Amino acid sequence: MSLAIKPGKADLHWLLGAMLLAMALHFSHFPLWTSALIVLFMAWRLLLQWRQWAMPRLWLLLPITLLGVAGIYLQYRTLFGRDASVALLALMLSLKLMESSTRRDYVILIFAGYFLTVTAFLFDQSLWVGGYLLLPVFGLTACLVGISYPHGVLSNRLRSRLSLTLLLQAAPLMLMLFLLFPRIPGPLWGVPQDAYRAMSGLNDHMQPGDISELSLSGAVAFRVQFQGEIPAQRQLYWRGPVLWQFDGRGWHMAGNDHAVEKLEGLGEAVSYTMTLEPHNRRWLLMLDVPHILPAGTFLTSERQVLAPMPVRTRMRYNGSSHTQYHLAAGLGSRELARALQLPPGGNPRSRALAMAWQRELQTPERIINAALTMFRSQGFFYTLTPPQLGDDAIDDFLFSSKRGFCEHYASSFAYLMRAAGIPARIVTGYQGGETNPVGQYLIVRQSDAHAWVEVWLASRGWVRLDPTAAVAPSRVDSGINTALTDNTLLPILARQDHAWLRKLYLNWDAVNNGWNQWVLGYNQQRQLELLSRITGTTANWQQLMLWLTGSLLLMALLLCALLFRRKRMPIDPAQALYLRYLAKLSRRGIQAGAGEGPLSIQQRAGKLLPQHEAEIARITRLYLALRYGPHAEPHAEPHAERKTMAELRSLIERLDC
Amino acid sequence: MPSRAGWGLAIVLFAMLTGAINYTLSLGFILTFLLAGMALVSLLHTWRNLAWLQVEAAPPPAVFAGQDAILQITLTEDRGRDRLAIAAGIGGQEPLFVDVPANGTGTLAIGSPTLKRGWHAIGTLTLSTGFPGGLFRAWSKLEPGVRCLVYPRPASSSLPLPQGNMPGRGGSLSSQVGDEDFAGLRLYQRGDSPRRIDWKASSREQGMYSREFHAESQQQVWLDLAQTPGSDLEQRLSQLTSWIMQAHDADQRYGLRLPGTHIAPAHSQAHYEACLRALALLEAE
Repeated sequence: MSLAIKPGKADLHWLLGAMLLAMALHFSHFPLWTSALIVLFMAWRLLLQWRQWAMPRLWLLLPITLLGVAGIYLQYRTLFGRDASVALLALMLSLKLMESSTRRDYVILIFAGYFLTVTAFLFDQSLWVGGYLLLPVFGLTACLVGISYPHGVLSNRLRSRLSLTLLLQAAPLMLMLFLLFPRIPGPLWGVPQDAYRAMSGLNDHMQPGDISELSLSGAVAFRVQFQGEIPAQRQLYWRGPVLWQFDGRGWHMAGNDHAVEKLEGLGEAVSYTMTLEPHNRRWLLMLDVPHILPAGTFLTSERQVLAPMPVRTRMRYNGSSHTQYHLAAGLGSRELARALQLPPGGNPRSRALAMAWQRELQTPERIINAALTMFRSQGFFYTLTPPQLGDDAIDDFLFSSKRGFCEHYASSFAYLMRAAGIPARIVTGYQGGETNPVGQYLIVRQSDAHAWVEVWLASRGWVRLDPTAAVAPSRVDSGINTALTDNTLLPILARQDHAWLRKLYLNWDAVNNGWNQWVLGYNQQRQLELLSRITGTTANWQQLMLWLTGSLLLMALLLCALLFRRKRMPIDPAQALYLRYLAKLSRRGIQAGAGEGPLSIQQRAGKLLPQHEAEIARITRLYLALRYGPHAEPHAEPHAERKTMAELRSLIERLDC
Repeated sequence: MPSRAGWGLAIVLFAMLTGAINYTLSLGFILTFLLAGMALVSLLHTWRNLAWLQVEAAPPPAVFAGQDAILQITLTEDRGRDRLAIAAGIGGQEPLFVDVPANGTGTLAIGSPTLKRGWHAIGTLTLSTGFPGGLFRAWSKLEPGVRCLVYPRPASSSLPLPQGNMPGRGGSLSSQVGDEDFAGLRLYQRGDSPRRIDWKASSREQGMYSREFHAESQQQVWLDLAQTPGSDLEQRLSQLTSWIMQAHDADQRYGLRLPGTHIAPAHSQAHYEACLRALALLEAE
């Protein structure tokens, strides 16, 4: 616009402060040298301002810029990933500071600062971060207001007030846009590989040690809200990947070209709503065994639920399951072969044992019992830190170490079953969960990860068997924390000690859950649901746009009314007090006439209330002194005026009539 | 209207929105919408910052060509709100800024350069503001409806004032009476030197009196366009302007002869202005 508008000293301070706030969140994942360089540039810019030094020349800045880009490239081996591009943006922004003095430069920096703020959400979208980032947004806006005033001399108070006003008045508009702006489900293009790196969860295969490693994480896997009572802890098996293929050490998923196994529910189905944390895999956890699927999902033959795309954002879905059931009354020959597959050699002792059982006990039920009894009675031990196993892992575990986590028990049990001719498969998932009394929902963490076995019996179909329960019954009855003797390895939130900490945590989790459900999880589906609830009909895009436009217009009109109303002149505090005194008098029947002066009121009141005559006279004198006396002059001592005001106030308050 | 910064923010917001969609960042949506809302609110604030300001423009005092015509404008605020950083400019000039306090007034003197003698029309006055935020610019164009009288440009190298070579009762009488020769009192006229005010007489009587001296009342000079050297009309007018200024400053009585206009010799501010005005408005042949 104009040359007269040149940013001032205060503008620079606001800009640097706000940018530092915006960058601070990134410092945790930037390489140290990047953070140090950014702070250095900011300090340098501040010094330039203080000392009134000249801006650095291009021949100095250009090599620094190139070095910075090269540094980022060497650090991340790319310039385009999520981490690399954010680091690059931050570094370039701080460099841009070094050549910024005009209003235009500042505007660019402020907008880039806004953008940098939004990139923080790529890493974390928690309530904390959301709240914290309002600070840089406030600071940047204050700076924007500051530079729109000539010579950058707007007072700090005024610029903060205006920034706050702008943002507060923008809040209702934001809410409307958030609720009604048509959401397009992302992604629009391929997102960088590293965007979902940090997600943890179950895998499509299971090696000894996988689940125990996962159990060390206190991260939430999903939260469940039941319609009705929460089922008993021992029924809370959350079905995840089903593994068929055993390679001698680990279990793997199998191809999915079989018919879906038939489920016959016994008793009432349980309905619930899941909020699954993103894990970058396609499967959706469901209560064992799912019977009604969330919309738009698929069912594999072994009744595992798959989403069409890997779950990369928190996902909310409804489901219904039968905890009592008959699954797959008949098994085709291909399925049978799959369920009996074993590698040709290895684990001779386990094989011999299973074959001996098959010979002696004959029925599957008795073989299963024999195996479970073995786990129960032969000194097996449930631990997070089992010893390393040799080449014949099953033999090693069953006959020598006897110490293991759920994957060891499930794996060896399934092995024994298959060796004894009983179709068996491994199911991984989660078991149990913690009820949050604050929100009446269940929190299931990675530490609840579990593996169990399903065996197929001709009379009952697939039957769930949990060999871990034979070793450590409390694991399924009351959770992992009671089942482990060495539970100090578990994340603190999965343990029972620190009751107050847990309570605090559960409260916090309830808040967070609400945040996830209503803020982070708000998507196209919920948007249309909301609109349908308002209009009572099925909502569509056009309606959404109509509502959005309408509500925005309404908001803008309301804002206009608020902004353009005539501001009332502030009432003089002395007059306000005097009006209270008149109100007190009128209760005693002394009405002030229109245009009647204070002195005439004093005379009438003094006659009617002789006991208060002195006070009334004093009140009138003080009032007149404040309003019309020498104190009313602008150069009067504010101190004296305050004293008079205080006396008037106390007199009027004490005047009891 | 969105300023360049406003368009810039629109682009940044679009980028943020695309990012939020692509990565499904709910908080990204929130921040984008918050900033979009902020921009919209700032539009209203910017508009309000300018709305209902009353503008008064005083007729600018006459100037010599080449000087700036000074338009004094007064902005009156009666809505109870401070109006900050109101920019005012004439034509395409660099604007000046003023703050108008709530229920108060702010004044600005805006100069616009003059080139030619005669009536100088004050160009369109543009009041604008980008405050707060600078994302939008509210503006209002006004025709001030005033004009400025521009006297001819005084000659840069002036010839000395013609003395006594004028026809009629010229300066031949000039040597008779000295400056100190008191001739009587006359009513004070604007432009009389304060040295000449008879303070004693003024305090006695009603009104102000200036002492009049013989030298003044009798020494007079006629300035005639026809006898003024110069290559063209404008140059001669410049020379006349220059002489009028000299004579006025030297407290001489002078008269002016122009085609179609005769102004009898006198010495006063009003006379001075009348002469210059006649020069300014003289029609070119």
